[in-house]
Amino acid sequence: MAAAVFELNGQTVSVDDVDPHCTLLEWLRASGLTGSKEGCAEGECGACAVAFLGRDEQGRPRYEPVNSCLVSLPEVHGRSIVTVEGVSLPGGALHPVQEAMVRAGGSQCGYCTPGFVMSLFCEYYRPDRDGYDPEAISGNLCRCTGYRPIADVARGMGTPAANDPCLIPLGKGPRELPPLEYAARCSRGGTPHPEGRRFFRPTSTAELARILWENPGAVLLGGGTDLMVSANQRHTRHAVLVSVGAIAELCSWNVSETEITIGAALPLSQLERLVEHFPWGTELGAVRQLLRLFSSRLIRNRATLGGNLATASPIGDAAPVLLALGAELTLQTGGGQRRVPLAEFFHGYRQTALAPGEWIASVHLRRPLPRIQRFYKVSKRVLDDISTVAAAFALELGPDGSVERLGAAYGGIAATPLRAGTLERLALGKPWRSEATLQLLLDAVRGIGTPLSDQRGSAAYRGAMVEKLLERFHAETNAQLAEAAE
Amino acid sequence: MKQVGASRSHDSARAHVTGSATYVDDLWPTLAGTVHLWPVTVPHAHARVLGLDTAAALASPGVLTVLSSGDVTGINDVGPARRDEPLFPSEVCFHGQPVAWVVAESELEARNAAPLVQVQVEPLPAILSIEDALAAQSFHTPVERIARGDVEAALAQAELRLEGQLHIGGQEHFYLETQAALAALDDSDGIFVHSSTQHPAETQEIVARVLGLPRHDVVVQCSRMGGAFGGKEVQANAWAALAALAAKKLRRPARVRLTRQQDLRFTGKRHPFLARFRVGFTRGGKLQALDVELFSDGGWSLDLSAPVLFRAMFHVDNCYGVEHLRVTGQVCRTHHVSHTAFRGFGGPQGMLVIEEILDRVARTLEVPPHLIRESNFYLKGGRAHYGQEIKDADRITRIWSELQKSSQFSARWREVERFNRHSRDEKRGLAITPVKFGISFTTAFFNQAGALVLLYRDGSVQVNHGGTEMGQGLHTKIAQIAADALGVNIDAIRVMPTRTDKVPNTSATAASASADLNGAAVVSACNTLQRRLAAIAAEHFRIGPESVVFDSGHVYPAGHPARAVPFADIVDQAYLARVPLFASGYYRTPNISFDRATGRGKPFHYYAYGAAVSEVSVSGFTGQYELRRVDILHDVGDSLSPLIDRGQVEGGFIQGLGWLTTEELAWGPDGALLTAGASTYKLPTLGECPPEFRVALLSRAAEPGVVFGSKAVGEPPLMLAISAREALRAAIAAFGPSGHIVELATPATPEAVFWAIEAARQKRLRQLQATAAQ
Repeated sequence: MAAAVFELNGQTVSVDDVDPHCTLLEWLRASGLTGSKEGCAEGECGACAVAFLGRDEQGRPRYEPVNSCLVSLPEVHGRSIVTVEGVSLPGGALHPVQEAMVRAGGSQCGYCTPGFVMSLFCEYYRPDRDGYDPEAISGNLCRCTGYRPIADVARGMGTPAANDPCLIPLGKGPRELPPLEYAARCSRGGTPHPEGRRFFRPTSTAELARILWENPGAVLLGGGTDLMVSANQRHTRHAVLVSVGAIAELCSWNVSETEITIGAALPLSQLERLVEHFPWGTELGAVRQLLRLFSSRLIRNRATLGGNLATASPIGDAAPVLLALGAELTLQTGGGQRRVPLAEFFHGYRQTALAPGEWIASVHLRRPLPRIQRFYKVSKRVLDDISTVAAAFALELGPDGSVERLGAAYGGIAATPLRAGTLERLALGKPWRSEATLQLLLDAVRGIGTPLSDQRGSAAYRGAMVEKLLERFHAETNAQLAEAAE
Repeated sequence: MKQVGASRSHDSARAHVTGSATYVDDLWPTLAGTVHLWPVTVPHAHARVLGLDTAAALASPGVLTVLSSGDVTGINDVGPARRDEPLFPSEVCFHGQPVAWVVAESELEARNAAPLVQVQVEPLPAILSIEDALAAQSFHTPVERIARGDVEAALAQAELRLEGQLHIGGQEHFYLETQAALAALDDSDGIFVHSSTQHPAETQEIVARVLGLPRHDVVVQCSRMGGAFGGKEVQANAWAALAALAAKKLRRPARVRLTRQQDLRFTGKRHPFLARFRVGFTRGGKLQALDVELFSDGGWSLDLSAPVLFRAMFHVDNCYGVEHLRVTGQVCRTHHVSHTAFRGFGGPQGMLVIEEILDRVARTLEVPPHLIRESNFYLKGGRAHYGQEIKDADRITRIWSELQKSSQFSARWREVERFNRHSRDEKRGLAITPVKFGISFTTAFFNQAGALVLLYRDGSVQVNHGGTEMGQGLHTKIAQIAADALGVNIDAIRVMPTRTDKVPNTSATAASASADLNGAAVVSACNTLQRRLAAIAAEHFRIGPESVVFDSGHVYPAGHPARAVPFADIVDQAYLARVPLFASGYYRTPNISFDRATGRGKPFHYYAYGAAVSEVSVSGFTGQYELRRVDILHDVGDSLSPLIDRGQVEGGFIQGLGWLTTEELAWGPDGALLTAGASTYKLPTLGECPPEFRVALLSRAAEPGVVFGSKAVGEPPLMLAISAREALRAAIAAFGPSGHIVELATPATPEAVFWAIEAARQKRLRQLQATAAQ
C-alpha cells in the first residue's frame, strides 16, 4: 500500500515504499521541489519550513509552519501541505509576504528566504493576529541580513484580501488524520531491513496498545523534534516507529476543579495558545514563560510535553517547570494505567520509569497551584536555544509572608532534571522576604547536582547558576511583593 | 533615470522568495544518473594512514566505487597557497579528516557504506592550541614584522605602561548553503562543474590540477551562493575536485554536498588569535608606544593564513596614530581544520587588540573610553605604521561627531551612569568605536578584473564579469553600473552566471573590492561599446559623436531629447554597419604596492570608515545581556545601491556581533569539534538584533578614483560590532570599582560576562574591606 497520500500545494500526491526515516524535506527536494532548503537538518535554522494545515485551540483552521527536515515522511499521510512553491498567487504574482520581502531587502543570499517566507505566510493568516509577534520568525536563521528588514516585513503585514485564494483551504480546514500502517521494503535507496521498516500511526490508544504488544521494541514518535534529529545527524535507525500524533485522546486537554490535564501528544504551540486564551492559563505563569523560551515556534508546532519528558534529556526545559509545579504523569499500557509523580519519573541519564509497552498519556497539575511562578533559562542566546541551566520556582506565601509551599527544580546540572527537595522542605514556614531565609536556602542549594563541563558551559558556571537563579528569584519576588504592598 | 545610487532590491529577490533561485544542490534531481559521494573519516586529530580496506563497502548495495589517492589522475593536492593539502591524505591532520570517499547510486547508500571502509591508522601526537604550537615551535610562517620608531625606548620613557594579552576566538562562517559541487563530463570529455565558489578560476585551476587536465578542459560555473563570507574563497575547491574526479571515473554526473555537520568539521573558520601587548601612554591617555605580538592558529595547512595575518598587522592601528609602533606576527601550525578567509580577513582581530588596549588605558586613567579613543585619532597628514598616508583622516572625526550627535551620545551616557548608580543587579553599558578598513587585496596582482559585455540586436545586454554573487548584491550593483554606463534601462541588462569560459583568470570575489574591480571593468567594456554606438548615432543624427546622449534606453542629440530614437535601433544600425557588438573590459587598481621585507608601502587604494554606538544591559545574576540599541554611521562613498549597502552594514554588524558574543567554537581534548551543529554553535537570531537599530550612510562621501565615487562595503561594517563588546565591558566595569580593568574573554558569552562580573565584584568587595580596615 502507499506509505502516504497527502495534498501538496493543492495536488494529491501518493508516496510508496518509503523508509520512515526519510524526511519530508529529503523527499521534497529529491522530487524536484528544491525551494525548501536544508540548512542544518536539526530544526534550528528553519530553511526547510513548510506549512501544515492545522487547527488552533478553538478549532479554527490555520497554517502552521513546521521544519520539514524533522517530519518523517509517512507522518504527512492525510495532511494538506503548502511549500514555498505553492505560495505565489495564480498567474505567478507574488504573495503579499513575498512582495514585502522583495521590497524590504529581506533576502541577500536567499538560502534562508523560502523558510522565512513560509513562517511569514503562516503568520499572515493567523486568526486574531493583532500586530507584530517576533515569535513568528524566531525559528528561522539568517546569516546575511541581520534580521531588521525581515522583522520590518513581519511588523508591517497587512490583512488578507477577501478573495485571497489561500483562504480557501483555510475555509475547508484539515481532514481528520487517518490511521496508517505499512512496512517499507525500501527497495530503492532505503536501508534494507529483513522485515522491512514498519511504520504505524494509530488513531486510538487501543490500537496503540495492540501495536506495542505485537511489536516489542517499537519506538514512539511524537513531534519528531528529537528522534528525527538523531535520525538525520547520527543516522539512528529503528525497526518499528509508532506515531502518536493522530491519537485524539493523547492530544486533548481537560480542566476540572481539582486539576489541569494536558495530553502528552498535544503540540506545545497548542498548549501555548490554550494557556494564553483560557482563564486557567493564568495559573500557569511558569508554563507561559517556558513556552516563549522553548526552542522556536517551528519546533513547538510539532514538539510535545510527552516527547520532551520521555526523551529524559538532563535539560529538557519543560521538566524543571513541571517538577516545580509538582506535576504527575499518567502512564498507560493496554492493560491499564498508573499515576507517577514526575519527580519519580526520571531514573537516570535518558532513563525513565516507562515500562516496555508503556506510554505517557497525560500530565496533571493539581489545583490550586502556587501563585508566584518563575522560569529562568540561561543560554547563549535568547531565542531558539538549549539551556545551559534552567530553573523553575513556584511559591505560595501565607498572609504573614511565610512560605506555605515552594517548588524548585533545575535542568542542566545533573544526569536528570532535578527537583530541589531539600530546598522545598527547608523553606516551609520561613519568612520569604528575609535575607536570612535567602542565605539559608543558598547554603542548602549550594553544590546540589553533578554539573558537567561541555560546549554550553563549564561545571563551575552551572554550579554558580544554581545559586544565582535562586538569588534572582528571591530578588524579583521581593521587588514584586514590595510593589504590591505599596 | 540614473540607476546608480537608486535603491534596488536584490536582482534575485523574486527568485529567492519564490524558491525558484537555484543553488548547486538544487540541480541534481533533474540530472539523470547522478552519483553521490560520502566521506570516510578518521576520528583522530593526527594519525598516519597505514591502509584502507574497501572490500566491504564496495559490496554494499548501490556502491559504485571508493575514491582514494590511486584514483587521482593529476596531482593529489588542492592547496591554494602551497602544495600542502592532499585531497586523499596519507597523514590525517585534523580530527575527522576525510581520507576516502564512497560513491554510490544514492546519498543514503553512500552513507551506509562509508563506515564499512576499514582505515588502519597509527595515532600521532597532536598540537591543539596556539599555546601547544608555541611550545612546540610549530609554525607555518616566519615572524613577520611592521615597525616604526623606537618602541623599546619609547616604552621605557612612557609616563605609564600596561601589558597584557588577549585570546580572540574563531568564528564559523555558517553560510546557510553548505559546500557543494556538481560535476559532469561535457561532450568533448571536458569537465563542467557547478560549484558554490567565490573563486571559479581557482576552482578551475584545482580541478584541472587534480584531474591532470589543461585548464581549458575545465569550465566552472557559479550561479549564486547561499552565503560564503570568505569560507568559499579557497575552501570550495576540494569538493569540486572530488565531484570532478568521480564524474570522470564513472562517466556520470557526480554530486558532493557537505551536511552541516561535515561542513563544520571539515572546513576552516575565522582564525583564533593570541595577542600579547605592551603599551606606553601619557597621563592624558595619548598612546606613545605600542608593541603587539600576534599569533594566529592557521590549522593544518597554510591556506590564506599569511595574508590574513598581514591584514591583522595592518589594522592593529585602526583609527589611531601611534608614533612608535611595532607589530609582529606568526601563523601557528596546529591539528585543527585549516582556518581561512572570513569577512574582515584578519582586520577584525587586529582592530580588536587596539580597542581592547584603549579601554584598559581609559579604565586605568578613570577617563571615559570614548575620550581616550578620540584623543588618539589620526590627524590630517598622519601615516599608518606601514607608511601609507591616511589621506582623509578628518573623515574619522567627522563621523565620530555626527554619530555622537545623532545618537544623543552624551545624554545617554549620563542616563546610563544614573541607571547604574541605582541598579545593583543589572548594569548598562554604552560605547562608541570607530572603524578604518583598508581596501585592496594586499596581494597586489589580485587587484585586477575583467568583463565581457554582449549587445544583442534588440538592444538587450548580457553582462559577464569575474565576480560571484553570494548574497552581497554584486550583480545588482553591476546591473546598475552597466545600465548607466550604456545609458539603458536596467531591464535591458542581464547579469550572467559567473563562468570561467566568459572571463578567464579572475580573482576571488573577496576583499570587499568586487564592485570596485568588476564594476570598473564593466564600465570600461560599456565605454568601448558606447563609443562605437556613438559613431553610428552621430551619423544617424548628423552630429559629432561627442554630442550623442545615451539616456535610459534612448539616444538623442544633446539638448534635443525630442529627437530620441530607441537604443535598440542604434544597436541594430551598428550591426548592419558591421560594428562589433561585444567588448571586453579590464581594470587594475593603480599605485598600490607593499614591500614585505621593509614593512613599508601603500597596500590600500583607500580606506572605508564608520563608527557605531551600542548600548547593552547586563544581568549580574547570570551574565546574560541584551543589546538595547545600536546607532551606526558608515561611509560607503557615494552609495551605488543604498538598499544593498544598508543590508551589508546591518548584516555585517550582526555577524560581527555573533563573533564577539554568542558564537563559541569548542574543541574536545581529542581535537574534535564539539560545536558541530546549529544546536551547539549559536548564530545570532532575531532575538539578538537590537530593537532599535539606526543605520545611516555618510553623506557627501564621494571617493575619487573608484567606480561612481563609491566605496567597498562588504567587510568594514563587521568591525562596527566591536562597539557592542566595548559596551559589555563598560557594563561589567560598572559592577566593579572605578579604575578596574575588565578582562573579558572573546567571545563574550553570558558565561564569560558572568566571570568578568564576578571578578569586578570581588575587586569592589576587596576595596570596601580594605577601606573598612583602615
